[in-house]
Amino acid sequence: MTATDTTDTVDHPARRGGLAGAARARLQQLLALASLLVIGAFFSVASPFFLTYGNFTAILFSTVVIGTLAVGTTLVIVSGGIDLSLGTGMALCAVVAGVLMVDLGLPLAVGVPAAILFGGLIGLVNGLNVTLLGIPPFIATLAMMLVAGGLALVLSNSAPIYFTDVPGYLDISTGNLVPGVDFPNAVLILLVAAVVAGLVLSRTVLGRHTYSVGSNEAATALSGVDVRRVKIAVYVLAGLFTGLAGILISARLGSAQPATGMGYELQAIAAVVIGGTSLSGGRGSVVGTLIGALIISVLNNGLQIMSIPQEWQNVILGCVILVAVYADMLRRRRRG
Amino acid sequence: MRGIRPLAVLGALAVALTGCGPGWGHDPDLPHIAIVSKGFQHQFWQAVKRGAEEEAERRGAGVTFMGPPTEQDVEAQLNMLTNAIARQPDAIGLAALDSRATEPLLRQAEEAGIPVIAFDSGVDSEIPRTTVATDNRAAAALAAEHLAGLLGGTGTVGLVVHDQTSGSGVDRRDGFLDWMRANAPGITVLDPQYGGGDQLVSADITKAVLAANPDLDGLYASNEGSAVGVLRGVAESGHEDLVVVGFDSGRAQLDAVRDGTLAGAVTQDPIDMGRRLVLAGLAAMDGEELPATVDTGFHWYDARTVDDPALAGVLYQ
Repeated sequence: MTATDTTDTVDHPARRGGLAGAARARLQQLLALASLLVIGAFFSVASPFFLTYGNFTAILFSTVVIGTLAVGTTLVIVSGGIDLSLGTGMALCAVVAGVLMVDLGLPLAVGVPAAILFGGLIGLVNGLNVTLLGIPPFIATLAMMLVAGGLALVLSNSAPIYFTDVPGYLDISTGNLVPGVDFPNAVLILLVAAVVAGLVLSRTVLGRHTYSVGSNEAATALSGVDVRRVKIAVYVLAGLFTGLAGILISARLGSAQPATGMGYELQAIAAVVIGGTSLSGGRGSVVGTLIGALIISVLNNGLQIMSIPQEWQNVILGCVILVAVYADMLRRRRRG
Repeated sequence: MRGIRPLAVLGALAVALTGCGPGWGHDPDLPHIAIVSKGFQHQFWQAVKRGAEEEAERRGAGVTFMGPPTEQDVEAQLNMLTNAIARQPDAIGLAALDSRATEPLLRQAEEAGIPVIAFDSGVDSEIPRTTVATDNRAAAALAAEHLAGLLGGTGTVGLVVHDQTSGSGVDRRDGFLDWMRANAPGITVLDPQYGGGDQLVSADITKAVLAANPDLDGLYASNEGSAVGVLRGVAESGHEDLVVVGFDSGRAQLDAVRDGTLAGAVTQDPIDMGRRLVLAGLAAMDGEELPATVDTGFHWYDARTVDDPALAGVLYQ
């Protein structure tokens, strides 16, 4: 994927180490990938049911929702922000899709883009709150988390909306592009979405400015970049991915579940961090995030397949997050 | 190179995990029932888990038990069910959060030849071999019978119900109403109120009902959250001679029964549910015919019986 070489495109001035820096960036991604492979190899040996094609697609399928949210929010985190409204925002977009297509009977071709754009609107409000009103991102998006979760219940009358009568909707997630080949469309959509996010971050002016704002906002502003516009743009993009995640989850479940979503934002942020993106901004990549999301779902899947008691599954997941963040700190200490 | 250190830590974790492996997991030689529940850490589901594990131990079978953190996490439950099927168990026990979302996976289990037993609530599907659940209508009728008895067959009573759409909410409401209508001509029943099982909402509803009906004699609450809320509402509005009957158990209701503010309650039998789930699973994997539903029983408890050792198994804290 093209985003492989995006890490550290711009970084702290002290760190513009040329070749050595690029090599270290690669190393970090290799480490994340190596962790994924080590975990996968471990489960393959531990359980005969892990390394099968069916389980392979099951893992990818279970990565889709968190992966889509995580890919979108990578941009926000690289810019030095945070978005806590992802989870309930996703539920709200799913409900909006339901209202448009089930209650109002609009066709798929209108309802799906509208629900995704609605996600962008949530992001726009977040972006304006952060820039124009100057509310810290943590607070602004925490408030949006509550607003979106509440609106999802209001719009749906607190009951799931079923897409049974919307032809083709469920195929968005559960259908197969090649008939007869068990490979869910949702996984393909995640991959396309990740490529788009990766290209934005690595190949566009907006992407360069995002890294730059994240590593040194004041210097970026002094160099003539409209920092506010960059921030608004990344929240809007994250919002669009939130809308897409809302479509993907509701198409998988066959219904918009208004009360779901709380907690998804933390899993998405965990995937971003495991993937080597720094929570203090300026550094990270979409490929890393995808690997981070895969590590989480491989762990969940493998531990369940091994019949590890559920209490311990979370303990182990927590330890992996600690190890990932520890690795991140080691690199930074080296740098200073 | 220092960058390798995290990998080494991860490796150590993996080794530790292997070391724990045999003690965890289940014995691969035993028949295996994978149970996917609606919840995990709640006392009710832990009691189901205990019953299932005890029965499995007795019958020489292995069970694994998992459930999502909240009853809204439909996607998490689907992933758990997917993983359970991937492990190719001999039977699956499922308490579906959303029947329709579960249907494709049920078909997958059927194709793989894994029998599915529904528990706690039915699944809208032909695939489960049987449903192991509480007969909520009969249990609610028992609560109505006791409330009518405590009031001497006359008076006015209200209902605070946890939900008007779910199967359990409807059955616990209608079971109560039907019994009163058929057997207690001297008792006036107010329109049911719905508190979502939320303690605070149920408390506020209770206060409103009491404000509108100062001569109310009794109240029935349809689950743990509703009952705790009703008790709080009654206490806050200062009514003392009201007869309240509840549903399920849990620390707060048990304490209220002991100190007399709750006249009694009907409790389900989650441990029995776990046991019968395992029995049904074992029967299904042997190809036996099963009845459409298996009733897992319910019990009335009050101040006299709350500490009775015979009920210790069904009253969870």
